[in-house]
Amino acid sequence: MSASVQTLVNQPYKYGFVTDIESETIPRGLSEDVVRMISAKKNEPAFMLEFRLKAYRHWLTMTAPDWPNVHYPAIDYQDIVYYSAPKVQQKKQSLDEVDPTLLETFEKLGIPLSEQKRLGNVAVDAIFDSVSIATTFREKLAKEGVIFCSISEALKDYPDLVEKYIGSVVPIADNYFAALNSAVFSDGSFVYIPKGVHCPMELSTYFRINNGDSGQFERTLIVAEANSHVSYLEGCTAPMFDTNQLHAAVVELVALENAEIKYSTVQNWYAGDENGKGGIYNFVTKRGLCQGKNSKISWTQVETGSAITWKYPSCVLVGDNSVGEFYSVALTNNYQQADTGTKMIHIGKNTRSTIISKGISAGKSNNSYRGLVRMGPKAEGARNYSQCDSMLIGDNAGANTFPYIQVQNNTAKVEHEASTSKIGEDQLFFFAQRGISSEDAISMMISGFCKDVFNQLPMEFALEADRLLSLKLEGSVG
Amino acid sequence: MIVENSEVILSVQDLTADVDGTPILKGLSLEIKAGEIHAIMGPNGSGKSTFSKVLAGHPAYTITGGTVLFKGQNLFESEPEERSRSGVFLAFQYPLEIPGVSNLDFLRVAYNSKRKHQGLDELDVFDFDELVQERLAIVKMNPSFLERSVNEGFSGGEKKRNEILQMALLEPTLAILDETDSGLDIDALKIVANGVNQLTRPDNAILMITHYQRLLDYIVPDYVHVMEAGKIVTTGSKALALELEARGYDWIREEEAIAK
Repeated sequence: MSASVQTLVNQPYKYGFVTDIESETIPRGLSEDVVRMISAKKNEPAFMLEFRLKAYRHWLTMTAPDWPNVHYPAIDYQDIVYYSAPKVQQKKQSLDEVDPTLLETFEKLGIPLSEQKRLGNVAVDAIFDSVSIATTFREKLAKEGVIFCSISEALKDYPDLVEKYIGSVVPIADNYFAALNSAVFSDGSFVYIPKGVHCPMELSTYFRINNGDSGQFERTLIVAEANSHVSYLEGCTAPMFDTNQLHAAVVELVALENAEIKYSTVQNWYAGDENGKGGIYNFVTKRGLCQGKNSKISWTQVETGSAITWKYPSCVLVGDNSVGEFYSVALTNNYQQADTGTKMIHIGKNTRSTIISKGISAGKSNNSYRGLVRMGPKAEGARNYSQCDSMLIGDNAGANTFPYIQVQNNTAKVEHEASTSKIGEDQLFFFAQRGISSEDAISMMISGFCKDVFNQLPMEFALEADRLLSLKLEGSVG
Repeated sequence: MIVENSEVILSVQDLTADVDGTPILKGLSLEIKAGEIHAIMGPNGSGKSTFSKVLAGHPAYTITGGTVLFKGQNLFESEPEERSRSGVFLAFQYPLEIPGVSNLDFLRVAYNSKRKHQGLDELDVFDFDELVQERLAIVKMNPSFLERSVNEGFSGGEKKRNEILQMALLEPTLAILDETDSGLDIDALKIVANGVNQLTRPDNAILMITHYQRLLDYIVPDYVHVMEAGKIVTTGSKALALELEARGYDWIREEEAIAK
């Protein structure tokens, strides 16, 4: 065990390579013309352009939020490239036609897309900079009536579905970054599960930023009709650049009566170097609407990358008896900053929510949990349980918890528990005295700390997440 | 048990050590041979616990002089985990709680790291389970303690029994028991002492650090050393411990003063 962890922890960020591929990139900067250009490049229906322009005009009136516990120099939005795509004119019908360089890139990232090598039980939508390059298992899924494609294709093939749901959970004026995304989003995934269908395999989107100057603004929309079920996973990586790149995504989930959506994220964007230079600004709005009775939305996130993470996957529990869950591990090391958590908005009767948040701070990083639990006036008998645990590694890291609780119904019950633990010299000495190396000791303590969250991940990814954390904590103690 | 011509396990010569620049050990010398049980007694602040942590390699202490040979090898050349694997065991005065890590996993990883060091195959979970069930009997521990997190929510006595369970698994050449009797009621003390006694062999040795002679009624030492201001000032048999119990430490200081 010791030897393998040793080799693992001594690896630098292994996804930091750049793929040399010719790209079609528009000039830097943002204007109404740029918004129109993006929409035109994608041959979008008129309603989409309207949506984008409305969002853009609204964005111009807004300011970036200053309440998160993160610090960064002001972003120059005119210095970002808003559209960058590998030079492939059209989405290919078969994988054989996809540029082999791109297939190789994904294979190198551990996401083989070709027929022979792809994961047997996971369908993948692979997104490279601004566009989706391939989606596996589409035909198999289509047999069940499941739609899984890029949002650009959905706009062509299922415009009515997109029009009905896009912006229905995260309105364009929701917040600064959501408005920006609504104006300029380039691609993302679309999932539609028809009534009564239990999606036969895991769906997964893999996001890759390649271009050093571009921002990534993807948009994901998942709709689960009555009595349906889907489990979805997203992963992401980026090359190492000295400059900071902006990633502002929006994810919207809609669960109708008795439907269940499980959404898992393993986020491993480039975090910057050990001196805090470079890295992704990960400013993301994720929200699920439990619209139908007895519906359920469950968010599981393992956040290990990005220079700054600002993200609060939330549940709006409208349907009676609906359930919201949030399981999170957020790890920060070196100079990383994270301000992450959730919002559980209880509107319907007997709605229930669970929040399990595990923050790990190492190096000189700063890790904050921020969560809101709101019990609305009609949320009779609603219940929430929150548990927020922080673990500090070494003596220079910071951890904060900002719980907000608003209760407007006196039959509602809210429980909040919090703890702080530490991995320091004495813990490591205890393990060492029993013959256990510090790498193994840290990995055991971290796995134990994160167990409640990792248990929620699909099996293949739970192992991956565990491994990823050990790797991220290289040399963080002593 | 004192055995003629038995192997020297630990040889300490003029050891000096600092913590944060303050000298704590000031010329400590001690020799321990296979089969022997030694006790170090002494007032608070005399450096007893420091000595045990220095031997185990706690990073807070700086060695400033002297030598320590363990089975003939320079002990300070190896890392704390290597010292453990080669047979140095420290039963902690205050065993830490490790939330989230199951006691069983912890014991297995510790045990296997030693097996690996000895060039043996690691035991799988089933074989290890069998072994640990057998060793539990030594400290009369309930198997339910294996499923819990390491020491989490254990009483003082349960933590100390868990330490001896670790000793029973790792079978050290030199076991250092740092105030293993502190915080134990008489029943727990008997169980712990009985456990330690079952683990003594002609080829290993025990170094007990204690304030009270009470423990020595159950684990009978071959030598009793009195430590004072960072070094050993007098050595005797178990009778010395009884005398200390009756007269305190002051008479030793007086005798020392006269001798000078």
